[in-house]
Amino acid sequence: MPLLQVRDLATYFFMKQGTVRAVDGIDLSLNSGHVLGVAGESGSGKSTMAYSIMRLIPPPGRVIRGEVLLEGGDILRLSDEQVRRDIRWKKISLVFQGAMNALNPLITIGSQIAEPIILHKGLGKREAIERASELLRSVGIDRRRVNNYPFELSGGMKQRVMIAMAMACDPEIIIADEPTTALDVVVAAGIMNLIKDLQTKTNLSMMLITHDLSVIAQTCHEVAIMYAGKVVESGSVLSVFEDAAHPYTTELIGAFPSIRGAKKELKAIKGNPPDLIEPPPGCRFHPRCRFAREICTSKEPEFNEVGNDHYAACHLL
Amino acid sequence: MRFDSALKQFRVSPMSAQVITIAGLVICSVLITLVFIGENLAPYGPQQMVAEILLPPSSKHLMGTDEIGRDVFSRVISGTKWSVSVSFIAVSMSMLVGTSLGAFSGYFGGGLDRVVMVGMDAVYIFPSFVLAVLIAAVMGAGIGTSSLAVAIVMIPTFYRVIRSITLSIKESGFIEGERAIGASSRYIIVNHIAPFYLSSLFVLISLGAAQAILITSGLGFLGLGIPPPNPEWGTDLAAGRMFLMEGMWWLTLFPAIMIFLAVLGFNLLSEGLDAVLNPQIRKL
Repeated sequence: MPLLQVRDLATYFFMKQGTVRAVDGIDLSLNSGHVLGVAGESGSGKSTMAYSIMRLIPPPGRVIRGEVLLEGGDILRLSDEQVRRDIRWKKISLVFQGAMNALNPLITIGSQIAEPIILHKGLGKREAIERASELLRSVGIDRRRVNNYPFELSGGMKQRVMIAMAMACDPEIIIADEPTTALDVVVAAGIMNLIKDLQTKTNLSMMLITHDLSVIAQTCHEVAIMYAGKVVESGSVLSVFEDAAHPYTTELIGAFPSIRGAKKELKAIKGNPPDLIEPPPGCRFHPRCRFAREICTSKEPEFNEVGNDHYAACHLL
Repeated sequence: MRFDSALKQFRVSPMSAQVITIAGLVICSVLITLVFIGENLAPYGPQQMVAEILLPPSSKHLMGTDEIGRDVFSRVISGTKWSVSVSFIAVSMSMLVGTSLGAFSGYFGGGLDRVVMVGMDAVYIFPSFVLAVLIAAVMGAGIGTSSLAVAIVMIPTFYRVIRSITLSIKESGFIEGERAIGASSRYIIVNHIAPFYLSSLFVLISLGAAQAILITSGLGFLGLGIPPPNPEWGTDLAAGRMFLMEGMWWLTLFPAIMIFLAVLGFNLLSEGLDAVLNPQIRKL
């Protein structure tokens, strides 16, 4: 029984120009103590999916169907107040993308890390700050920095603060939404190592959203590849990367540079991600797919098992 | 660079910004001191008939005496209490209402925001003095009603500024983060958005004080403010007006100078505070 299970989740944005089907019926599961990587191009619905799980979708967006089962209970059925009190940060916390803007410039980082502790654990200000400085140490920042303001920290340090904040209430699940965007490669590697370290040490369950496949290969147990609001392939990292079933996954892997081995020419995937107001009929990838056939343009492919716990949605399999 | 040199003509040099702030601070602190101890400093009681009527300024009566023999200097000094305190009460009231409405409607947005906005615009489109006269006339003269009238006309200024700050801050990543943490809206507004109001509020308060003094005196001048025989600058100005044609200038000049100084002082202070508190202006 997975810890977190997403079933047929769909989130649409109701705009003047039409309905954007940002997430359109996805299934995912996250096992306890595992790291699930979610990969896909920009605009494939990765972040929308994460925000839907936290019930943070702002209007005009709305989750229109599906279930998000956490320990058997459906988060989508809870009242706003229950989500605020019992789910956010207590069970599931988020590491936001772009740490630059995720901290209030007028408040010390210690107080900001202490906030969820005061809110959810009912600790006093002094004790919470004490705990915040311990958290800072655990993410590799000198605890004396606790009274610093965000502008006194570098980008990498701010992202570490965000991670400390995510760990503040000992959540069961951390969703990291592109935790290394806007950081340079070396700093990003440090952050990823830190995340991996903390995850193994505390046996956390994590969902790691990124478009960096190498990060997924290095950090995750399972992976789900998203395209245009759908999951096209999912399975263990090894089987998906070694034995990609869906043409999109193959192309995505082909479009990624390898550090070792001979320099190959990178193959870009032709075309652009589809318009999600009027997605292509049938398989959403067919306009860009080299193997597209008649059936791909009309019938939506089913999600089928192609190997041991390895699923893909393609007519050609 | 061209843009930079174009901005040069608007540049407040650090030196003059300092001079402005200090001048404003001096005038305002003198006024505020007079509010508390003005009546003790005055040589005579403000309502005391101490000499012959309509004496010109002399060493005994620095600003002369008025039409019933009261010492103009004492009245002007004691009058500070009325004018300045009315304007402070008014500014505090409008700040309280304007800030909370602005924060509320900016943060929650939607239909409520639109309704409040329209209401504020309805107040805003009236020339503020005309509206204050209208309110004071309907409710009758007195210290309470004139403070209220001044307060009401100034609410939209606070509302608009605070609402626009709220709108820009609430889109920041850290506000989204706060929601993810599970913080309530009230908590977010009070702890995370309100600190961004401070620098603007200081400027708005001192700018508002200047406007409030002007409106308060105006109401007094029209007989809608603090009723006589209380010493209020606007009221005294109006009373002295009749004697101006007969060459008795001291009855109007001195209350007018006080009004002028008070407005100037608070304006300078707000200008200076803006230069000190706003890093964008400071850098220029």
